[in-house]
Amino acid sequence: MTDQNNPHTNKKSLSERRWLILARPLIIIVALIATWQVLVIVTGAPKYMLPPPADVWHTLLARHAVLLDHAQYTIAETVIGLFAGAALGTLAAIPMALFSTVRFWLMPILLVSQAIPFFALAPLLVLWLGFGLASKIAMAALIIFFPVTVAFFDGLSRTETGWLDLARTMGASRWRLLTHIRLPAALPAFASGFRVATAVAPIGAVIGEWVGSSHGLGYLMLHANARVQIDMVFACLLILCAFSITQYFIVDRVLRAALPWQPDSLKPVR
Amino acid sequence: MRSTEHAPQMAHNNPARFDITLRAARVAFNGADIFHDLDLTLQAGSFTCLLGPSGVGKSTLLRYFAGLVEGDVSGTITCSDKAPLKDRVAYMAQQDLLLPWRSVLENVVLGAVLRNEKPDYEKASHLLTEVGLSDAANLRPAELSGGMKQRAALARTLMEDRPVVLMDEPFSALDPLNRLRLQELAARMLRGKTVLLVTHDPLEALRLGDRVHVLSGSPARLQDAITPKGQSPRNIADPDILAQQAELLGQLGADASEGAA
Repeated sequence: MTDQNNPHTNKKSLSERRWLILARPLIIIVALIATWQVLVIVTGAPKYMLPPPADVWHTLLARHAVLLDHAQYTIAETVIGLFAGAALGTLAAIPMALFSTVRFWLMPILLVSQAIPFFALAPLLVLWLGFGLASKIAMAALIIFFPVTVAFFDGLSRTETGWLDLARTMGASRWRLLTHIRLPAALPAFASGFRVATAVAPIGAVIGEWVGSSHGLGYLMLHANARVQIDMVFACLLILCAFSITQYFIVDRVLRAALPWQPDSLKPVR
Repeated sequence: MRSTEHAPQMAHNNPARFDITLRAARVAFNGADIFHDLDLTLQAGSFTCLLGPSGVGKSTLLRYFAGLVEGDVSGTITCSDKAPLKDRVAYMAQQDLLLPWRSVLENVVLGAVLRNEKPDYEKASHLLTEVGLSDAANLRPAELSGGMKQRAALARTLMEDRPVVLMDEPFSALDPLNRLRLQELAARMLRGKTVLLVTHDPLEALRLGDRVHVLSGSPARLQDAITPKGQSPRNIADPDILAQQAELLGQLGADASEGAA
């Protein structure tokens, strides 16, 4: 409280945060590349096992047209899968929170869906949905669905009881109670689930591409690996990492901006 | 931010014209009676305070009137005008219960929004002025101090304009000065309504209440009401009030020694 009322500390911590948000990834990237270079020197591993950073950089530049072409597919699969999975998770969480019957029937099915290893599911999805985008989107959506559902359901079932009491004495309708209290109150929990989903979404798409596809970074990696073009594999991995991080930061930013009232001890109020 | 004196009629829109009688109330949690055979009458337009040690069941009794107690419950609530009490009570809790994503003004009109009615923003702004929050109407609750939050909660309670107001330790989390100010404000703005206020502060009860009951024991019993003289908010330095405070503390303290025996 006292911290929030002090505009001076706010300003300072905010600009400090901005600076760190930009600088931190750079510092981490430089440190990781340095570690990688040290590993190459210390182990003396041959280029076809562990290519040095400079070789991978060269491949990134030389083959950027091919890489970007395939990256488009993976990015599209991931982003569409993310929204599809989040939409399905929302659709599952709301009735589960509202009706105990739905909860009792759906919860075991949800758990079973998570007990099946995704690698085992991928060939089936490719068989059913084909070599194209659909099977990869389905794969990403399946991975995303669970964290979003669980987080959102959790948020919906933990509405502050005082608000529910107040709403009852005010004669709130069930629908209005949901749309004006329970849903907004659960949005921070949904946001947590969505952040986790954002981080894991590319995994689904890449697994789908490994199992059967003719496009995408997963496909490119598999082929490069078979031809011992390890620098190409690394280049694909780097693009995947860059995309994942960018996607995560965009999502995080949007979620924070959308929920400015969200209690967050790390973030100043204004 | 200054509280203004115009529109003093605001709180009198919907005065209570009926007595509320509670008969043979019983509430049990996990098989143990919190209270049973409890009778209490809230007279039309009177301010009743309920005092008692923590955990004795004061809040449960208040929530019983609000229709918020579920489970192992029996007893009857009747109103002297034969209409049901439901939908005629407004509830104010110890926590402000402001929704953090709505502005102060939007919180004040919450009741209408939840009932799918058209919110009367003009009246809400008026009430915010009355509780001294006209400048804070568009702020979010996180930007308010504790006292301002409770003022906003009071405005939301008054916005409901119900004849009966149930308040569960609404001022107990405030600092002494803010508490006195809010008590004054509440006494002025709730005049004419039937109020049941739960508190653990004997002075607050004597300052505001027309009738002060001590609830004590297990299962809890209501002791005979103490009726402080004069109109509320009363002066807490008044010797009569101080004498009655001693009496109330006695009722509460005697109970504590019984518990220890």
